[in-house]
This record gives sequence, structure tokens and C-alpha cells, in this order.
Amino acid sequence: MGKRVLKRFLSALGTSFFVIIFNFFLFRILPGDLTTVIARSNTSPEVKQRLIEASGLDKPLMTQFGIYIKQLLHGDLGSAFYMYDNSSSVLEVIVGRIPNTVILLLTAEIIAIIIGMIIGTICAHKRATPLDTGLLSGSLVLYSMPTFWFAMLLIFIFCVNLRLFPTGGIYTAGTAYHGWMLIKDYLKHMALPSLCMGFAMVGCYAVTMRSTMIGILTEDYIQTARAKGFSTRYILLKHAIPNAMLPMATIIAMNIAFILGGAIQLETLFSWKGLGQLMYLALDKRDFPMLQGCFLISTLAVILANFIMDILYGFIDPRVKE
Amino acid sequence: MAEKMLEVKDLRVSFEVKKGLAETLMGKKETIKAVDGVSFEIGRGEILSLVGESGSGKTTTGKAILRLAPVTGGSIKFEGEEISGKSQKELHEFRKKAQMIYQDPYQALNPRQYIIDIVGEPLDVNDLCKTTEERLERIKKALENAGLVPPEDYLYRYPYELSGGQRQRVAIAGSLIMNPEFIVADEPVSMLDASIRTGIIKLMLEQRDKMGVAYLFITHDLSLAWLISDRIAIMYLGKIMEMGTADEIINHAEHPYAKALINIMPIPGKMIDSGRDILEGETPNAAVDIKGCKFCARCPVRQAICETEEPELREISPGHLCACHFVK
Repeated sequence: MGKRVLKRFLSALGTSFFVIIFNFFLFRILPGDLTTVIARSNTSPEVKQRLIEASGLDKPLMTQFGIYIKQLLHGDLGSAFYMYDNSSSVLEVIVGRIPNTVILLLTAEIIAIIIGMIIGTICAHKRATPLDTGLLSGSLVLYSMPTFWFAMLLIFIFCVNLRLFPTGGIYTAGTAYHGWMLIKDYLKHMALPSLCMGFAMVGCYAVTMRSTMIGILTEDYIQTARAKGFSTRYILLKHAIPNAMLPMATIIAMNIAFILGGAIQLETLFSWKGLGQLMYLALDKRDFPMLQGCFLISTLAVILANFIMDILYGFIDPRVKE
Repeated sequence: MAEKMLEVKDLRVSFEVKKGLAETLMGKKETIKAVDGVSFEIGRGEILSLVGESGSGKTTTGKAILRLAPVTGGSIKFEGEEISGKSQKELHEFRKKAQMIYQDPYQALNPRQYIIDIVGEPLDVNDLCKTTEERLERIKKALENAGLVPPEDYLYRYPYELSGGQRQRVAIAGSLIMNPEFIVADEPVSMLDASIRTGIIKLMLEQRDKMGVAYLFITHDLSLAWLISDRIAIMYLGKIMEMGTADEIINHAEHPYAKALINIMPIPGKMIDSGRDILEGETPNAAVDIKGCKFCARCPVRQAICETEEPELREISPGHLCACHFVK
């Protein structure tokens, strides 16, 4: 067990290092830089030069990389070219936005997992019936629908026409709520985006759950359980679903890891101050340090989630422990 | 024959197979008659072997009797009670008395359960044990009866830690714990090493002798069927071709298909090509409707009547039934 953990840890460490290198050079080979975005035609070359020097972009690429690594080892993600949320420290801005993104997307994820697993199980159990076809195609339509379009539809119906929810943002502008009122206001803003994301992802879980369950339901141990007279409910809950959890856990882990990457379209559309929206803003302005920071955090989250999942497999499936 | 326990009359199981989208829209469906009118009886403590090639419907017959495959027609009576029309809830009592053992012990056990829970599960679900000590006692006894000694060594192991033979013993322990009266054994030893087979077979026979368990033994191994069973039924394409006591079938088979099967039974020291008649062709597709005798396409003695008229399963001597036009 200990040896397996160590091996996985070293491989995770190696991957992280590779990702850091990749992240650094990826943005620097993108066309355009700080000056092309900021500068209007009447900006003088001197000003441009000063801007570039101030941000350290005039130094050779390898020197820049050396500085970046040195800062990183000190836990410093550098400072952004612009101000976000009244701060230009990359780490501070990112850390400040993590709660918003995590709360929104975790809620969406949980909605999707629960509904997806229920739909998948029902579909597998009632396989090849109209109920199966209906539920499955319904969730697939939602899954394949572009998120931004689905989000706009929801905004149009629920915010503009029915006026049930605010169209975007985190708090109602101009209010200074405290305590319970604040939470209520926050939840009201969160409801639509999280439902939107949750329903959009149901298909992903439903399809996997269905196909896994169909495979499991034809296994001999399920038939044996039936022959022993166990009720269908008991067989599904005790034998089938636990065995279906292994492939499900893989997808859940991957999706949860992607949470820290934010949902760019969703957050941008709902003006949700999360990491996805931050990435969109930074990319728009070619803000290298901020982009590097965002990408680093989201890729590290994926690597970390994979590492944790590898360890957890041993507990989910006793055969992996060896 | 001993007291009748199971009575199967004209059992039919057919599956509808959907083809492509176009055919589905046109309403064309293919029906596969997996079991096409099978009748037999099994007495208390009796072993009936169902022998046939792959695809002859033996496994489906076994599953249908336990209501694990959909019964399309016919009747199944267990201890005088009709089983075929009952709902899953009404089957509760029957489920306690009739069990199934599968061919592949690697698939028949839930990989995530400890042996103690696999074997003890029927007790938990039916609330049969009041104390944990009683539960443990019964599980240990079942494991012991299945030849897993000492039982303590096996309780907290997972199926993947055991060998094929040990797993099959666990599967048997799990079905014996309810003290069943009837077991459908679907090729229980065909995936095991020859050295382990004897042990499993002996274990099953022991249960018959001690507790009076009756078996429907499904196999393609005629020699094994001869060795252990009281009676043998030979199946071909969902129908019983010939049925009688084991010795009668092996020594005085009358049906050309049964004869062909017996003819290819391995005899040590005899070469394959020394004067054996090997059956030509393959089993036809079960979806194609055959008007006459199901075997006529491959039969060495077929005549015109075989293709138009289906022979009945008739008694040719006491207890010996055969479905062929030319056997009197």
C-alpha cells in the first residue's frame, strides 16, 4: 500500500513539473502580447517600451522562465499586469475567487451526479422500454446542447419573462445584507447557473451509469441474487450500484477536478465572479501571469484529484489494493 | 420413481430479436424459440441430466424453471404448485427451496463482498438469524458442508483470493445455506480443472444423499451425465429428443442424434478416426422455423416424412421416451 502511494506521488510530482513548463511557454507563443492589447495607435513607442520593461517581457525567454520558477518555489505566483477585484497579486485574486467557483460548480456537480445516477439506474433496469428511451434521449439532448445557449434560454425564460431569478452577478447591486439575508441573496443568484450546469451534465453520468449497470445486471451474481429471492430494490442497491461505482468514481473525480478550472462560458454569461470568468478576462488582455496562475491551479487540481482517486480505488475495489 | 417434485409440461421460452431500424419500423420481428415444448419430471432426490450441444436450450430451460428467463408458455409445477404465473413476490417461498449453481465461478460471486457476506446474505435478507453468533455458526456450517475447512480461513476473504474450485464451493455453500430441495446446476464443473471436478461432483452427490436434494444437471458432457445421474434427457434445438434412465440411454439409445452423441464419447486408447460416425453440419439457427423433425437436416436416416411431420416424444419402453418416426 505504502509503496503504491509513493509511486503515485512521484508520478504526480513529475506531471506537475511538466505542466508548469508547458504553461509558461504556451502563452508566450500565442500571437500578440501586452502592448498589442493595451496600445492604441497613438501610444508612443517609448510608452510601449516602458510597459514591456516593467512587466519583464524584454528579458530573454529562459531568464523569464528562471525568474518564474524561482518565484514559484517561494509560493509566489507573481503579479498580474492588471487589477482584478482590487488586487494585482495573482495568488490573492485566485484564492479570493475559488469559493465562488467551488460553491457553484460543486452544487451543479452534486445535482448532476444524483440525477444522473438515478436516471442511469432506472434506464438500465427498464432497458429497451419507452421510459428508457425517453429519459436517456432527454438527458443526452441537454448534454449535447451548447452550455451558453442553454444558459441563455434559461435566462430568457426565468429571468426576463418570469422574473424569478436575477440575470447575473453574485449579490444584488446596492444592497448591504448581513447574515441570513446575505446567504439568501447569494443562493438566489446561484440557483439558475448551478441548475443550468447540473442539468447539462446529467447526460454524462446517466449514460455511463446506464451502460455500466446493463453490464452488471447480466452478471451471474445478480442472477444468483435473483434466484435467492432477493427483492429487486435490494439487488440494485446492494449488489449492482456498488459495483457500478468504480467507473462512476473515475468520471466524478475527473469532473470534480475540472471544477477549479471554472466554467468559462457559464460564469461569463451569468457574470459569476469565479475562476472561469477570471480566465476569460485574463485571456482577453493577454495577462500572462494571471493566465499561468489560473492554468496552474486548475491543472494541479486535476493531478491532485487523480492522485487521490488512485488511492481511493483501493478502497472501492478490493482487487486494486495489491 | 420417487415422489414427484418438479413437473414441467410443454415449457416454451421464446425471445424476440429486433433487427435493424428498417425492419423494426416495418414491424418485422424475429422470434427465437430457445425452448420449444419441453416436458419432464424430477422426483425428490433425483438427478436428471439435460445434455445437448451449445444453443440447444438447456441453460434456458434451467433458468426458466427458476423463473430467471421469461416463460412464454407451458406449466411448471413445484411440489404441486404452479410456478409459471406467479409474481416475484409470490415466488418468495419457492426461491428458498430452489437454487441455481452457475458454470463460471468467477462471475457468480459479487467481487466486493467478503465470503462471509456472500454465504450469509440469504439469512440476512430473510431475517433468519436473531443473533450474530447464530449467523456465524450457520455460515461456518455451510462452508464446512461445502468442503471449505477450516471455515474460519475463508470468512474474511474476497472471491478474487480464491481458486476456481474454492469459488465454486463458496457458490454452492451460498445456495445450500437455505437448505434447498432442488438445485439447477448449469455446467457446474465445466470450467474447473479435472482434478477439482471430482470434489465438486462428490459434494453435490453428498448433498443428495444426506438432504435429499434433487438436481437438474445441465451439461454437454455425456460421460459425466452417465456417471452421476439417474436419468438423462437429450436436447436438440429446444426439444427433448430422447429421455430415459442413464444406463438405458447410454446402452440402448434409439434416436439417431442420441446415438451420434454416444458414438463420439471419448474412450481411452481409441483413436478418433477408427470407425466412428461423426455428425455432419452444424446446429441450425433457432430463429428459422422448422416444420418437421428439428434434427432432419443432419439426420443420417432421414426420409420424406421427416421434413413435413414432427415426430412426437413417445414411450418406446417403460420410462424410455424417444422422438423419432422410425423408432418403434
